[in-house]
Amino acid sequence: MRLYVKFLGLHLKAALQYKLSFALSVLSQILVSFNTLLGILFIFNRFHRIKTYSLSEVLLCFSIILMPYALAEVIMRGFDTFASTIGNGEFDRILLRPRGVLLQVVCNKVGLNRFGRLPQAVLMLAYGIAKSGIVWDRLKIIALILMIFGGFIVFCCIFVIYASLCFFTLEGLEFVNVLTDGAKEHGKYPLDVYGRRVVKFCTYIVPYSLFQYYPFLYLTGRTDTAWYVFLPLLTSGFIVPCLLLWRYGLRHYKSTGS
Amino acid sequence: MLISVKAGRFQKYITFFRMRFIGGLQYRAAALAGVVTQFAWGSLELLVYRALYEMSPEAFPMSIKELSAYIWLRQALLTLFMPWYYDNDIFASIRDGSIAYELSRPVNIYYMWFTRAMAGRLSRMILRCLPIVVVAVFVPEPYGLRLPKDVFCALCFLVTAFVGLVVVVAFSMLIYISAFYTVSTDGLRYLFSPVIEFMAGSLIPIPFMPEGVKRIVEILPFASMQDIPLRVYSGNMAGRELLIKAGLQLFWAVALIIIGRLWVHFAIKRVVVQGG
Repeated sequence: MRLYVKFLGLHLKAALQYKLSFALSVLSQILVSFNTLLGILFIFNRFHRIKTYSLSEVLLCFSIILMPYALAEVIMRGFDTFASTIGNGEFDRILLRPRGVLLQVVCNKVGLNRFGRLPQAVLMLAYGIAKSGIVWDRLKIIALILMIFGGFIVFCCIFVIYASLCFFTLEGLEFVNVLTDGAKEHGKYPLDVYGRRVVKFCTYIVPYSLFQYYPFLYLTGRTDTAWYVFLPLLTSGFIVPCLLLWRYGLRHYKSTGS
Repeated sequence: MLISVKAGRFQKYITFFRMRFIGGLQYRAAALAGVVTQFAWGSLELLVYRALYEMSPEAFPMSIKELSAYIWLRQALLTLFMPWYYDNDIFASIRDGSIAYELSRPVNIYYMWFTRAMAGRLSRMILRCLPIVVVAVFVPEPYGLRLPKDVFCALCFLVTAFVGLVVVVAFSMLIYISAFYTVSTDGLRYLFSPVIEFMAGSLIPIPFMPEGVKRIVEILPFASMQDIPLRVYSGNMAGRELLIKAGLQLFWAVALIIIGRLWVHFAIKRVVVQGG
Protein backbone atom coordinates (compact mmCIF):
# COMPACT_ATOMS: atom_id res chain seq x y z
CA MET A 1 0.00 0.00 0.00
CA ARG A 2 2.83 2.43 0.87
CA LEU A 3 4.44 1.46 -2.40
CA TYR A 4 1.21 2.29 -4.23
CA VAL A 5 0.98 5.76 -2.66
CA LYS A 6 4.56 6.41 -3.65
CA PHE A 7 3.87 5.41 -7.26
CA LEU A 8 0.74 7.53 -7.27
CA GLY A 9 2.82 10.57 -6.34
CA LEU A 10 5.33 9.82 -9.09
CA HIS A 11 2.62 9.48 -11.74
CA LEU A 12 0.94 12.67 -10.62
CA LYS A 13 4.21 14.59 -10.90
CA ALA A 14 4.83 13.19 -14.36
CA ALA A 15 1.34 14.03 -15.62
CA LEU A 16 1.51 17.58 -14.32
CA GLN A 17 4.53 18.25 -16.52
CA TYR A 18 2.11 18.55 -19.45
CA LYS A 19 -0.49 20.73 -17.84
CA LEU A 20 -2.62 21.70 -20.81
CA SER A 21 -2.77 18.23 -22.31
CA PHE A 22 -3.62 16.82 -18.87
CA ALA A 23 -6.38 19.35 -18.30
CA LEU A 24 -7.88 18.73 -21.74
CA SER A 25 -7.94 14.97 -21.35
CA VAL A 26 -9.55 15.28 -17.91
CA LEU A 27 -12.16 17.59 -19.41
CA SER A 28 -12.89 15.20 -22.24
CA GLN A 29 -13.47 12.33 -19.79
CA ILE A 30 -15.97 14.52 -18.01
CA LEU A 31 -17.68 15.35 -21.30
CA VAL A 32 -18.08 11.67 -22.15
CA SER A 33 -20.06 10.96 -18.99
CA PHE A 34 -21.88 14.25 -19.41
CA ASN A 35 -23.02 12.97 -22.80
CA THR A 36 -24.65 10.00 -21.09
CA LEU A 37 -26.40 12.29 -18.64
CA LEU A 38 -27.62 14.49 -21.48
CA GLY A 39 -28.84 11.38 -23.29
CA ILE A 40 -30.91 10.38 -20.25
CA LEU A 41 -32.38 13.87 -19.91
CA PHE A 42 -33.27 14.00 -23.61
CA ILE A 43 -34.96 10.60 -23.51
CA PHE A 44 -36.99 11.61 -20.46
CA ASN A 45 -37.91 14.85 -22.15
CA ARG A 46 -39.89 12.74 -24.60
CA PHE A 47 -40.86 9.76 -22.47
CA HIS A 48 -41.84 10.11 -18.84
CA ARG A 49 -41.08 6.62 -17.72
CA ILE A 50 -38.98 3.69 -18.84
CA LYS A 51 -40.68 0.49 -17.71
CA THR A 52 -41.71 1.58 -14.23
CA TYR A 53 -38.72 3.81 -13.57
CA SER A 54 -38.93 7.58 -13.31
CA LEU A 55 -36.24 10.10 -14.23
CA SER A 56 -35.00 10.52 -10.66
CA GLU A 57 -34.67 6.78 -10.23
CA VAL A 58 -32.69 6.39 -13.45
CA LEU A 59 -30.43 9.28 -12.41
CA LEU A 60 -29.77 7.54 -9.10
CA CYS A 61 -29.03 4.27 -10.87
CA PHE A 62 -26.68 5.98 -13.32
CA SER A 63 -24.83 7.82 -10.57
CA ILE A 64 -24.44 4.65 -8.51
CA ILE A 65 -22.88 2.78 -11.41
CA LEU A 66 -20.65 5.68 -12.46
CA MET A 67 -18.96 5.75 -9.05
CA PRO A 68 -17.41 2.23 -8.92
CA TYR A 69 -16.58 2.48 -12.62
CA ALA A 70 -14.66 5.72 -12.10
CA LEU A 71 -12.81 4.24 -9.13
CA ALA A 72 -11.91 1.04 -10.94
CA GLU A 73 -10.79 2.90 -14.02
CA VAL A 74 -8.35 5.09 -12.11
CA ILE A 75 -6.85 2.24 -10.12
CA MET A 76 -6.85 -0.48 -12.77
CA ARG A 77 -5.52 1.64 -15.62
CA GLY A 78 -2.39 -0.56 -15.79
CA PHE A 79 -4.61 -3.47 -16.82
CA ASP A 80 -6.52 -1.40 -19.33
CA THR A 81 -3.30 -0.62 -21.19
CA PHE A 82 -1.80 -4.05 -20.55
CA ALA A 83 -1.47 -4.91 -24.25
CA SER A 84 1.16 -2.22 -24.69
CA THR A 85 2.94 -3.28 -21.50
CA ILE A 86 3.38 -6.75 -22.99
CA GLY A 87 4.09 -5.40 -26.46
CA ASN A 88 6.99 -3.14 -25.51
CA GLY A 89 8.66 -5.67 -23.24
CA GLU A 90 7.97 -3.74 -20.05
CA PHE A 91 6.28 -6.80 -18.60
CA ASP A 92 9.59 -8.69 -18.72
CA ARG A 93 11.06 -6.06 -16.44
CA ILE A 94 8.11 -6.42 -14.08
CA LEU A 95 8.66 -10.17 -13.84
CA LEU A 96 12.27 -9.61 -12.83
CA ARG A 97 11.48 -7.43 -9.82
CA PRO A 98 11.01 -9.03 -6.39
CA ARG A 99 7.45 -7.79 -5.86
CA GLY A 100 4.02 -9.21 -6.65
CA VAL A 101 3.14 -9.07 -10.33
CA LEU A 102 -0.43 -7.89 -9.82
CA LEU A 103 0.66 -5.06 -7.53
CA GLN A 104 3.26 -3.91 -10.00
CA VAL A 105 0.82 -3.85 -12.89
CA VAL A 106 -1.51 -1.78 -10.74
CA CYS A 107 1.32 0.61 -9.87
CA ASN A 108 2.62 0.71 -13.41
CA LYS A 109 0.04 3.16 -14.63
CA VAL A 110 -2.50 5.25 -12.82
CA GLY A 111 -5.38 6.55 -14.87
CA LEU A 112 -4.82 10.13 -13.86
CA ASN A 113 -6.55 11.48 -16.93
CA ARG A 114 -9.54 9.46 -15.79
CA PHE A 115 -9.37 11.27 -12.50
CA GLY A 116 -11.87 13.84 -13.73
CA ARG A 117 -14.60 11.25 -13.50
CA LEU A 118 -14.22 10.90 -9.73
CA PRO A 119 -15.38 14.35 -8.62
CA GLN A 120 -18.00 14.15 -11.35
CA ALA A 121 -19.17 10.78 -10.05
CA VAL A 122 -19.34 12.20 -6.52
CA LEU A 123 -21.35 15.20 -7.73
CA MET A 124 -23.65 12.98 -9.76
CA LEU A 125 -24.18 10.72 -6.76
CA ALA A 126 -25.04 13.68 -4.55
CA TYR A 127 -27.44 14.93 -7.23
CA GLY A 128 -28.93 11.48 -7.72
CA ILE A 129 -29.46 11.01 -3.98
CA ALA A 130 -30.93 14.48 -3.54
CA LYS A 131 -33.35 13.97 -6.44
CA SER A 132 -34.33 10.41 -5.53
CA GLY A 133 -36.77 11.28 -2.75
CA ILE A 134 -35.85 8.07 -0.97
CA VAL A 135 -36.33 7.97 2.76
CA TRP A 136 -32.93 6.77 3.92
CA ASP A 137 -32.75 4.35 6.79
CA ARG A 138 -29.76 2.38 8.00
CA LEU A 139 -30.32 -0.59 5.70
CA LYS A 140 -30.68 1.58 2.61
CA ILE A 141 -27.42 3.39 3.35
CA ILE A 142 -25.72 0.01 3.72
CA ALA A 143 -27.29 -1.01 0.40
CA LEU A 144 -25.85 2.06 -1.34
CA ILE A 145 -22.36 1.46 0.04
CA LEU A 146 -22.45 -2.23 -0.83
CA MET A 147 -23.63 -1.47 -4.36
CA ILE A 148 -20.62 0.76 -4.94
CA PHE A 149 -18.33 -1.81 -3.33
CA GLY A 150 -19.73 -4.68 -5.41
CA GLY A 151 -19.50 -2.64 -8.59
CA PHE A 152 -15.89 -1.80 -7.86
CA ILE A 153 -15.06 -5.50 -7.42
CA VAL A 154 -16.80 -6.52 -10.65
CA PHE A 155 -15.23 -3.77 -12.77
CA CYS A 156 -11.78 -4.52 -11.36
CA CYS A 157 -12.27 -8.21 -12.16
CA ILE A 158 -13.22 -7.43 -15.74
CA PHE A 159 -10.08 -5.33 -16.16
CA VAL A 160 -8.07 -8.33 -14.92
CA ILE A 161 -9.87 -10.60 -17.42
CA TYR A 162 -9.10 -8.13 -20.18
CA ALA A 163 -5.41 -8.13 -19.28
CA SER A 164 -5.31 -11.92 -18.89
CA LEU A 165 -6.64 -12.37 -22.40
CA CYS A 166 -3.74 -10.22 -23.62
CA PHE A 167 -1.38 -13.03 -22.63
CA PHE A 168 -2.89 -15.09 -25.43
CA THR A 169 -3.70 -12.50 -28.05
CA LEU A 170 -0.97 -9.90 -27.40
CA GLU A 171 -3.47 -7.20 -28.32
CA GLY A 172 -6.49 -5.91 -26.48
CA LEU A 173 -9.78 -7.50 -27.40
CA GLU A 174 -12.34 -4.91 -28.24
CA PHE A 175 -15.34 -6.95 -27.10
CA VAL A 176 -14.25 -6.71 -23.46
CA ASN A 177 -15.21 -3.03 -23.82
CA VAL A 178 -18.83 -4.13 -23.83
CA LEU A 179 -18.29 -5.46 -20.31
CA THR A 180 -16.62 -2.28 -18.97
CA ASP A 181 -17.58 0.74 -21.03
CA GLY A 182 -20.78 -0.91 -22.20
CA ALA A 183 -21.80 -1.83 -18.65
CA LYS A 184 -21.25 1.74 -17.49
CA GLU A 185 -23.13 3.12 -20.49
CA HIS A 186 -26.05 0.69 -20.43
CA GLY A 187 -26.05 0.20 -16.65
CA LYS A 188 -27.65 3.62 -16.37
CA TYR A 189 -30.99 1.85 -16.60
CA PRO A 190 -31.95 -0.87 -14.09
CA LEU A 191 -31.21 -4.11 -15.90
CA ASP A 192 -34.77 -5.42 -16.24
CA VAL A 193 -35.33 -2.66 -18.82
CA TYR A 194 -33.36 -4.88 -21.19
CA GLY A 195 -35.57 -7.88 -20.59
CA ARG A 196 -35.38 -11.09 -18.60
CA ARG A 197 -32.65 -12.73 -20.62
CA VAL A 198 -30.22 -9.87 -20.04
CA VAL A 199 -30.96 -9.98 -16.30
CA LYS A 200 -30.22 -13.72 -16.27
CA PHE A 201 -26.96 -13.21 -18.15
CA CYS A 202 -26.01 -10.45 -15.74
CA THR A 203 -26.75 -12.63 -12.72
CA TYR A 204 -25.09 -15.92 -13.64
CA ILE A 205 -22.38 -15.06 -16.20
CA VAL A 206 -21.13 -11.59 -15.31
CA PRO A 207 -22.60 -10.55 -11.94
CA TYR A 208 -23.78 -7.01 -12.72
CA SER A 209 -27.29 -7.44 -11.42
CA LEU A 210 -25.97 -8.52 -8.02
CA PHE A 211 -24.77 -5.00 -7.35
CA GLN A 212 -27.09 -3.06 -9.60
CA TYR A 213 -30.52 -4.55 -10.22
CA TYR A 214 -31.44 -6.49 -7.06
CA PRO A 215 -30.24 -4.00 -4.42
CA PHE A 216 -31.73 -1.20 -6.52
CA LEU A 217 -35.14 -2.88 -6.24
CA TYR A 218 -34.85 -2.68 -2.48
CA LEU A 219 -33.49 0.86 -2.56
CA THR A 220 -36.46 2.15 -4.52
CA GLY A 221 -38.92 0.24 -2.37
CA ARG A 222 -40.02 -2.19 -5.10
CA THR A 223 -39.36 -5.16 -2.86
CA ASP A 224 -39.16 -5.79 0.86
CA THR A 225 -36.73 -8.67 0.54
CA ALA A 226 -34.03 -7.28 2.80
CA TRP A 227 -31.37 -9.84 1.91
CA TYR A 228 -31.12 -8.30 -1.58
CA VAL A 229 -29.09 -5.61 0.18
CA PHE A 230 -26.27 -8.07 0.81
CA LEU A 231 -26.17 -9.56 -2.68
CA PRO A 232 -23.31 -7.25 -3.76
CA LEU A 233 -21.07 -9.14 -1.33
CA LEU A 234 -21.49 -12.22 -3.53
CA THR A 235 -19.56 -10.46 -6.30
CA SER A 236 -16.41 -11.34 -4.35
CA GLY A 237 -16.91 -14.84 -5.70
CA PHE A 238 -16.21 -13.43 -9.16
CA ILE A 239 -12.62 -12.74 -8.09
CA VAL A 240 -11.79 -16.47 -8.01
CA PRO A 241 -12.26 -17.32 -11.72
CA CYS A 242 -10.60 -14.03 -12.67
CA LEU A 243 -7.48 -14.75 -10.65
CA LEU A 244 -7.38 -18.31 -11.99
CA LEU A 245 -7.51 -16.95 -15.53
CA TRP A 246 -4.74 -14.48 -14.68
CA ARG A 247 -2.57 -17.26 -13.20
CA TYR A 248 -3.20 -19.46 -16.22
CA GLY A 249 -2.32 -16.62 -18.58
CA LEU A 250 0.81 -15.78 -16.63
CA ARG A 251 2.05 -19.36 -16.95
CA HIS A 252 1.29 -19.20 -20.64
CA TYR A 253 3.22 -15.96 -21.09
CA LYS A 254 6.01 -15.81 -23.65
CA SER A 255 7.96 -12.63 -24.05
CA THR A 256 7.41 -10.77 -27.30
CA GLY A 257 11.15 -10.32 -27.36
CA SER A 258 11.15 -6.57 -27.85
CA MET B 1 -2.40 14.47 -74.79
CA LEU B 2 -4.37 16.69 -72.49
CA ILE B 3 -6.71 13.85 -71.68
CA SER B 4 -3.91 11.48 -70.77
CA VAL B 5 -2.38 14.08 -68.47
CA LYS B 6 -5.72 14.48 -66.78
CA ALA B 7 -6.11 10.73 -66.39
CA GLY B 8 -2.61 10.51 -64.97
CA ARG B 9 -3.41 13.20 -62.48
CA PHE B 10 -6.37 11.27 -61.20
CA GLN B 11 -4.47 7.99 -61.27
CA LYS B 12 -2.09 8.90 -58.45
CA TYR B 13 -4.92 9.57 -56.03
CA ILE B 14 -6.43 6.21 -56.91
CA THR B 15 -3.09 4.65 -56.04
CA PHE B 16 -3.02 6.38 -52.65
CA PHE B 17 -6.55 5.13 -52.12
CA ARG B 18 -5.61 1.54 -52.98
CA MET B 19 -2.53 1.52 -50.73
CA ARG B 20 -4.54 2.54 -47.68
CA PHE B 21 -7.45 0.33 -48.57
CA ILE B 22 -5.35 -2.83 -48.83
CA GLY B 23 -3.47 -1.87 -45.66
CA GLY B 24 -6.73 -1.55 -43.78
CA LEU B 25 -7.91 -4.99 -44.85
CA GLN B 26 -5.09 -6.63 -42.87
CA TYR B 27 -6.73 -6.19 -39.49
CA ARG B 28 -9.13 -9.12 -39.66
CA ALA B 29 -8.97 -10.30 -36.03
CA ALA B 30 -9.61 -6.79 -34.75
CA ALA B 31 -12.58 -6.59 -37.09
CA LEU B 32 -14.08 -9.81 -35.74
CA ALA B 33 -13.82 -8.57 -32.16
CA GLY B 34 -15.32 -5.29 -33.33
CA VAL B 35 -18.28 -7.01 -34.94
CA VAL B 36 -19.16 -8.80 -31.69
CA THR B 37 -18.87 -5.54 -29.76
CA GLN B 38 -20.98 -3.56 -32.17
CA PHE B 39 -23.65 -6.21 -32.34
CA ALA B 40 -23.95 -6.36 -28.55
CA TRP B 41 -24.01 -2.58 -28.36
CA GLY B 42 -26.75 -2.31 -30.99
CA SER B 43 -28.87 -4.99 -29.31
CA LEU B 44 -28.75 -3.32 -25.90
CA GLU B 45 -29.65 0.03 -27.41
CA LEU B 46 -32.57 -1.46 -29.27
CA LEU B 47 -33.80 -3.21 -26.11
CA VAL B 48 -34.05 0.17 -24.35
CA TYR B 49 -36.11 1.59 -27.18
CA ARG B 50 -38.30 -1.50 -27.12
CA ALA B 51 -39.03 -0.87 -23.44
CA LEU B 52 -39.82 2.77 -24.24
CA TYR B 53 -41.98 1.76 -27.18
CA GLU B 54 -44.03 -0.67 -25.11
CA MET B 55 -44.78 2.12 -22.63
CA SER B 56 -45.69 4.95 -24.98
CA PRO B 57 -45.55 4.27 -28.73
CA GLU B 58 -47.25 7.62 -29.42
CA ALA B 59 -44.18 9.55 -28.25
CA PHE B 60 -41.98 7.95 -30.92
CA PRO B 61 -40.76 10.39 -33.61
CA MET B 62 -40.15 7.49 -36.01
CA SER B 63 -41.62 4.01 -36.33
CA ILE B 64 -39.93 1.15 -34.49
CA LYS B 65 -39.06 -0.46 -37.85
CA GLU B 66 -37.34 2.71 -39.02
CA LEU B 67 -35.49 3.01 -35.73
CA SER B 68 -34.31 -0.61 -35.90
CA ALA B 69 -32.90 -0.08 -39.38
CA TYR B 70 -31.29 3.16 -38.18
CA ILE B 71 -29.56 1.53 -35.20
CA TRP B 72 -28.37 -1.62 -36.99
CA LEU B 73 -27.07 0.27 -39.96
CA ARG B 74 -25.31 2.77 -37.71
CA GLN B 75 -23.49 -0.12 -36.05
CA ALA B 76 -22.66 -1.70 -39.41
CA LEU B 77 -21.29 1.56 -40.81
CA LEU B 78 -19.68 2.70 -37.55
CA THR B 79 -16.13 2.67 -38.88
CA LEU B 80 -17.21 4.58 -41.97
CA PHE B 81 -18.67 7.55 -40.12
CA MET B 82 -17.03 7.52 -36.70
CA PRO B 83 -15.90 11.04 -35.91
CA TRP B 84 -13.04 10.05 -33.62
CA TYR B 85 -11.04 7.94 -36.07
CA TYR B 86 -7.87 9.56 -37.37
CA ASP B 87 -5.04 8.30 -39.52
CA ASN B 88 -2.07 8.42 -37.15
CA ASP B 89 0.43 8.25 -40.00
CA ILE B 90 -0.57 11.76 -41.02
CA PHE B 91 0.04 13.19 -37.55
CA ALA B 92 3.32 11.29 -37.35
CA SER B 93 4.48 12.71 -40.69
CA ILE B 94 3.90 16.23 -39.41
CA ARG B 95 5.67 15.53 -36.13
CA ASP B 96 8.72 13.71 -37.43
CA GLY B 97 9.19 15.88 -40.50
CA SER B 98 8.65 13.27 -43.17
CA ILE B 99 6.03 15.68 -44.43
CA ALA B 100 8.92 17.33 -46.26
CA TYR B 101 9.07 14.40 -48.67
CA GLU B 102 5.37 14.46 -49.20
CA LEU B 103 5.44 18.17 -49.96
CA SER B 104 8.12 17.67 -52.56
CA ARG B 105 5.97 15.18 -54.46
CA PRO B 106 3.94 16.47 -57.38
CA VAL B 107 0.64 15.89 -55.59
CA ASN B 108 -1.79 18.08 -53.79
CA ILE B 109 -1.30 17.21 -50.17
CA TYR B 110 -4.91 17.97 -49.27
CA TYR B 111 -6.33 15.49 -51.75
CA MET B 112 -3.64 12.93 -50.96
CA TRP B 113 -4.62 12.94 -47.30
CA PHE B 114 -8.27 13.07 -48.23
CA THR B 115 -8.15 9.92 -50.34
CA ARG B 116 -6.05 8.13 -47.72
CA ALA B 117 -8.43 8.97 -44.90
CA MET B 118 -11.39 7.89 -47.01
CA ALA B 119 -9.77 4.59 -47.98
CA GLY B 120 -8.87 3.82 -44.36
CA ARG B 121 -12.50 4.23 -43.35
CA LEU B 122 -13.90 2.27 -46.28
CA SER B 123 -11.63 -0.74 -45.79
CA ARG B 124 -12.47 -0.97 -42.09
CA MET B 125 -16.15 -0.71 -42.89
CA ILE B 126 -16.02 -3.46 -45.56
CA LEU B 127 -14.65 -5.95 -43.01
CA ARG B 128 -17.22 -5.19 -40.35
CA CYS B 129 -20.32 -4.25 -42.26
CA LEU B 130 -21.36 -7.56 -43.78
CA PRO B 131 -21.43 -9.81 -40.67
CA ILE B 132 -23.50 -7.25 -38.75
CA VAL B 133 -25.92 -6.74 -41.63
CA VAL B 134 -26.38 -10.49 -42.14
CA VAL B 135 -27.16 -11.13 -38.49
CA ALA B 136 -29.35 -8.05 -38.17
CA VAL B 137 -31.47 -9.13 -41.14
CA PHE B 138 -32.43 -12.29 -39.25
CA VAL B 139 -33.51 -10.48 -36.09
CA PRO B 140 -37.32 -10.94 -35.93
CA GLU B 141 -39.67 -8.17 -37.06
CA PRO B 142 -40.00 -5.31 -36.25
CA TYR B 143 -36.56 -5.21 -34.66
CA GLY B 144 -34.57 -6.44 -37.62
CA LEU B 145 -32.85 -4.66 -40.47
CA ARG B 146 -34.99 -4.60 -43.59
CA LEU B 147 -34.07 -3.81 -47.16
CA PRO B 148 -34.86 -0.27 -48.25
CA LYS B 149 -38.37 0.45 -49.48
CA ASP B 150 -37.51 0.57 -53.18
CA VAL B 151 -34.61 0.99 -55.60
CA PHE B 152 -34.95 4.78 -55.57
CA CYS B 153 -34.62 4.83 -51.77
CA ALA B 154 -31.52 2.62 -52.00
CA LEU B 155 -29.98 4.94 -54.58
CA CYS B 156 -30.69 8.00 -52.44
CA PHE B 157 -29.07 6.21 -49.51
CA LEU B 158 -25.92 5.46 -51.50
CA VAL B 159 -25.62 9.06 -52.66
CA THR B 160 -26.23 10.62 -49.22
CA ALA B 161 -23.91 8.06 -47.59
CA PHE B 162 -21.15 9.04 -49.99
CA VAL B 163 -21.64 12.76 -49.39
CA GLY B 164 -21.83 12.03 -45.65
CA LEU B 165 -18.47 10.28 -45.84
CA VAL B 166 -17.03 13.29 -47.66
CA VAL B 167 -18.33 15.58 -44.88
CA VAL B 168 -16.77 13.41 -42.15
CA VAL B 169 -13.42 13.26 -43.91
CA ALA B 170 -13.46 16.96 -44.83
CA PHE B 171 -14.09 17.77 -41.17
CA SER B 172 -11.33 15.46 -39.95
CA MET B 173 -9.00 17.19 -42.43
CA LEU B 174 -9.38 20.35 -40.36
CA ILE B 175 -8.04 18.44 -37.35
CA TYR B 176 -5.11 17.11 -39.41
CA ILE B 177 -4.25 20.61 -40.60
CA SER B 178 -4.40 21.99 -37.06
CA ALA B 179 -1.50 19.63 -36.27
CA PHE B 180 0.71 22.05 -38.21
CA TYR B 181 0.16 24.54 -35.41
CA THR B 182 -0.06 22.52 -32.21
CA VAL B 183 2.32 19.54 -32.73
CA SER B 184 0.17 17.38 -30.46
CA THR B 185 -3.49 17.26 -31.42
CA ASP B 186 -4.39 14.81 -28.65
CA GLY B 187 -5.99 17.44 -26.46
CA LEU B 188 -7.99 18.87 -29.33
CA ARG B 189 -9.22 15.45 -30.38
CA TYR B 190 -10.05 14.41 -26.82
CA LEU B 191 -12.07 17.54 -26.34
CA PHE B 192 -14.00 17.59 -29.58
CA SER B 193 -14.74 13.89 -30.06
CA PRO B 194 -17.47 13.55 -27.40
CA VAL B 195 -19.14 16.78 -28.50
CA ILE B 196 -19.13 15.85 -32.18
CA GLU B 197 -20.26 12.34 -31.36
CA PHE B 198 -23.27 13.66 -29.56
CA MET B 199 -24.22 16.14 -32.26
CA ALA B 200 -23.82 13.51 -34.99
CA GLY B 201 -26.51 11.47 -33.25
CA SER B 202 -24.25 8.65 -32.09
CA LEU B 203 -25.70 8.60 -28.58
CA ILE B 204 -29.34 9.16 -29.30
CA PRO B 205 -30.64 9.44 -32.85
CA ILE B 206 -31.22 13.08 -33.80
CA PRO B 207 -35.02 12.62 -34.26
CA PHE B 208 -35.23 11.74 -30.54
CA MET B 209 -33.70 15.01 -29.36
CA PRO B 210 -35.98 17.72 -27.90
CA GLU B 211 -37.43 20.03 -30.58
CA GLY B 212 -35.32 23.13 -29.82
CA VAL B 213 -32.04 21.23 -29.68
CA LYS B 214 -32.96 19.24 -32.76
CA ARG B 215 -33.56 22.34 -34.85
CA ILE B 216 -30.04 23.64 -34.13
CA VAL B 217 -28.27 20.29 -34.43
CA GLU B 218 -29.89 19.53 -37.78
CA ILE B 219 -28.33 22.60 -39.40
CA LEU B 220 -24.80 21.87 -38.19
CA PRO B 221 -22.43 19.84 -40.38
CA PHE B 222 -22.42 16.96 -37.87
CA ALA B 223 -25.99 15.99 -38.78
CA SER B 224 -24.85 15.71 -42.39
CA MET B 225 -22.45 12.93 -41.45
CA GLN B 226 -24.40 9.78 -40.56
CA ASP B 227 -27.86 10.92 -39.57
CA ILE B 228 -29.11 11.82 -43.06
CA PRO B 229 -28.09 8.61 -44.90
CA LEU B 230 -29.37 6.44 -42.02
CA ARG B 231 -32.73 8.17 -42.03
CA VAL B 232 -32.96 7.91 -45.80
CA TYR B 233 -32.31 4.17 -45.65
CA SER B 234 -34.84 3.59 -42.90
CA GLY B 235 -37.49 5.48 -44.86
CA ASN B 236 -37.80 8.19 -42.23
CA MET B 237 -36.71 10.89 -44.67
CA ALA B 238 -38.10 11.21 -48.17
CA GLY B 239 -39.55 13.62 -50.70
CA ARG B 240 -39.13 17.37 -50.13
CA GLU B 241 -37.35 16.97 -46.80
CA LEU B 242 -34.81 14.66 -48.40
CA LEU B 243 -34.16 17.16 -51.17
CA ILE B 244 -33.54 20.01 -48.72
CA LYS B 245 -31.35 17.89 -46.44
CA ALA B 246 -29.30 16.53 -49.34
CA GLY B 247 -28.74 20.12 -50.49
CA LEU B 248 -27.58 21.11 -47.03
CA GLN B 249 -25.30 18.08 -46.94
CA LEU B 250 -23.75 19.01 -50.26
CA PHE B 251 -23.28 22.57 -49.05
CA TRP B 252 -21.34 21.39 -45.98
CA ALA B 253 -19.21 19.01 -48.04
CA VAL B 254 -18.19 21.79 -50.43
CA ALA B 255 -17.78 24.40 -47.69
CA LEU B 256 -15.60 22.16 -45.52
CA ILE B 257 -13.40 21.24 -48.48
CA ILE B 258 -12.95 24.90 -49.44
CA ILE B 259 -12.08 25.87 -45.86
CA GLY B 260 -9.66 22.96 -45.61
CA ARG B 261 -7.93 23.73 -48.88
CA LEU B 262 -7.51 27.41 -48.07
CA TRP B 263 -6.21 26.59 -44.61
CA VAL B 264 -3.73 24.00 -45.84
CA HIS B 265 -2.52 26.53 -48.38
CA PHE B 266 -1.67 29.03 -45.62
CA ALA B 267 -0.42 26.42 -43.18
CA ILE B 268 2.11 24.97 -45.60
CA LYS B 269 3.63 28.38 -46.22
CA ARG B 270 4.76 28.58 -42.63
CA VAL B 271 5.99 25.00 -42.36
CA VAL B 272 9.60 24.88 -41.20
CA VAL B 273 11.14 21.45 -41.35
CA GLN B 274 13.88 21.36 -38.79
CA GLY B 275 16.46 19.27 -40.61
CA GLY B 276 17.51 15.89 -39.24
